[in-house]
Amino acid sequence: MAKQSKDHVKVERYTRTSRVALPVAAAIVIAAATIPAWGSSAIMKQSVTLLTLIGLAQMWNLLAGYAGLVSVGQQAFVGIGAYTLWVFADKFHLNPFASVIFAGIVAGLFAIPTAGLAFRLRGGYFAVGTWVIAEVFRLIVTQIKWLGGGSGFTIGSVNSVSRHARESITFWLALGVAVGSIVLVYFLLRSKRGLALTAIRDNDLGARGLGVNITRSKLWVYIIAAAGTGMVGSVIYLNLLRVQPEAGFSLQWSALMIFSVVIGGLGTIEGPIIGAVIFFILQQVLSDYGTWYLILIGALAAGVVVFAQRGLWGTLVRKKAVDLFPVRRRLCLETVCFTEETPRKSGEEPGRLPSEEPPAV
Amino acid sequence: MVWVNDIIQGILLGGLYALFAAGLALVFGVMKLVNLAHGDFSILAAYLALAFVGLLHINPFYTLIIVIIIMAIFGYVIQRGLFNFAMDAGPMQAILATFGIAIIIQNLLLEGFTANSKGLDAGKIENAVITISKQIAIGWFPLTTLIVSVVVLVALQWFLGRTRTGRAFRATADNQRAAQLMGIDNRHLYGMAMAVALAIVAIGGVFIGIRTTFSPSAGPLRLIFAYEAVIIGGLGSLWGTLVGGIVLGIAQVLGDHIHQGYGILVGHLVFLAILAFRPQGLFARQVQ
Repeated sequence: MAKQSKDHVKVERYTRTSRVALPVAAAIVIAAATIPAWGSSAIMKQSVTLLTLIGLAQMWNLLAGYAGLVSVGQQAFVGIGAYTLWVFADKFHLNPFASVIFAGIVAGLFAIPTAGLAFRLRGGYFAVGTWVIAEVFRLIVTQIKWLGGGSGFTIGSVNSVSRHARESITFWLALGVAVGSIVLVYFLLRSKRGLALTAIRDNDLGARGLGVNITRSKLWVYIIAAAGTGMVGSVIYLNLLRVQPEAGFSLQWSALMIFSVVIGGLGTIEGPIIGAVIFFILQQVLSDYGTWYLILIGALAAGVVVFAQRGLWGTLVRKKAVDLFPVRRRLCLETVCFTEETPRKSGEEPGRLPSEEPPAV
Repeated sequence: MVWVNDIIQGILLGGLYALFAAGLALVFGVMKLVNLAHGDFSILAAYLALAFVGLLHINPFYTLIIVIIIMAIFGYVIQRGLFNFAMDAGPMQAILATFGIAIIIQNLLLEGFTANSKGLDAGKIENAVITISKQIAIGWFPLTTLIVSVVVLVALQWFLGRTRTGRAFRATADNQRAAQLMGIDNRHLYGMAMAVALAIVAIGGVFIGIRTTFSPSAGPLRLIFAYEAVIIGGLGSLWGTLVGGIVLGIAQVLGDHIHQGYGILVGHLVFLAILAFRPQGLFARQVQ
């Protein structure tokens, strides 16, 4: 019996689309990596903006979409990343591009005490709590003269290489953090820990009953997201070069990542990418009209979050298993595979196997 | 004696923070919504007052009535038009919707009134002081603010305890489903709660506009102060918000006394210390 059921029941972890999507995505990344060879300085700078936005959005999505932690204080780690980069590169004279790694490590370390305080709060209070902590980081940095005080600093060490080399390396780093964030979230969610996270997202009491340590799961997601955000922050400032506490720790960063994720689709890998692209396009198109792009995006995000909760991607692929980056496990019986959304017909007994229904295909 | 003066100034400042905190606490108490646009609503009220002062050339105190009415209506409309649907979608969606509104208000004000700081000129009262001793002087205006905030809290308590709508607020806060079964229309009630909260915030917004200058980006800090006052005082406690506001006010004034510019940071640190050592707040959860 056991052998027989093994043949008939299997857990499908890839989708037909994903088998096509992964090579296509790899081809796009390789093509994009050649941009420094032919692209202008402006194209590279703009690409860095978009790629880092994707990275930020992925990290925020990991936090909110999978661990249910709505933080509006991730700008703390953008700022910490920028400052770490500067300290390691300009003060300790390490390679500025290699310092991106340290930005991640330091941001991750700062996330531990931050979580210790913020995790005492729930829901909306957690959100504002993280925001207060980001403000504390900003105010403390403003007071420390060694860190440039209120006026900030300019990253000077990168001028040791030519402008084109600097821009190219920054671009590749941005591509690295964007792709890295996607790959990280993808493999994280496919792992055992990812399964635990998904369980928490769907039903935290149920997850606890099955032996998931909720607090610990959330803690390591918080630390990973902080480290990722710190690395992205350092790359952002390799591009901008001028850091001020007001800008580095600005709430604007949270607005960028939150709006991108919400518009694209919370709790999916594809959503933040799409959201970031939409955000970037609107920003470019409306750049002559002051902050109207933010007003428009804010309204779009508020509308989407209320009336199309799954975001653009989620609404698009609803009920279809077209995941480009499949992180779900789907139960397949005989030849029929079920998605999470498979609606149960009324009157159907919970215990009855769906395969006993007449074939739906 | 300088310290005594600092503490008095802190208490007076705390009255102002209590006005922000009470609205935030009310909305959270009734519908479990943390309104991230709370501070921006107060800035919106201040700009409304500014617009009416410019239009009618009157003392900002007189604009209070119209600003309160407009903000209350605005609160009701935005609650029923957006936040109610957001809350149906889920608690996370509700937070994110208020965050969207916060960013929209900030940037609309930026487009409409530029980033320059503005202030409301209330005339002589702004500089009038009661001199008690050489080092202790109480400003008439901060004193008025504290008295107004105490009056508002007393009125709010009376409203929650003695009126039909107030009782419906408390019933919904205790158990929304049961209250709904008793015939309470929760969507209307949430609109009412937001209206009351924004009416109180309007008072706070106009008063702080008279006290200091404001700019479109000042909202988030107001939200943070209100929030810190709520957490310090203890969730679910109305008078806790006043105590929380006062603790925060004293911390900020003393911080600024130690070193110019440290005030806000010291306030945050006191808040974090409370969070670390007494996360339930100074006043543990009690019935409103």
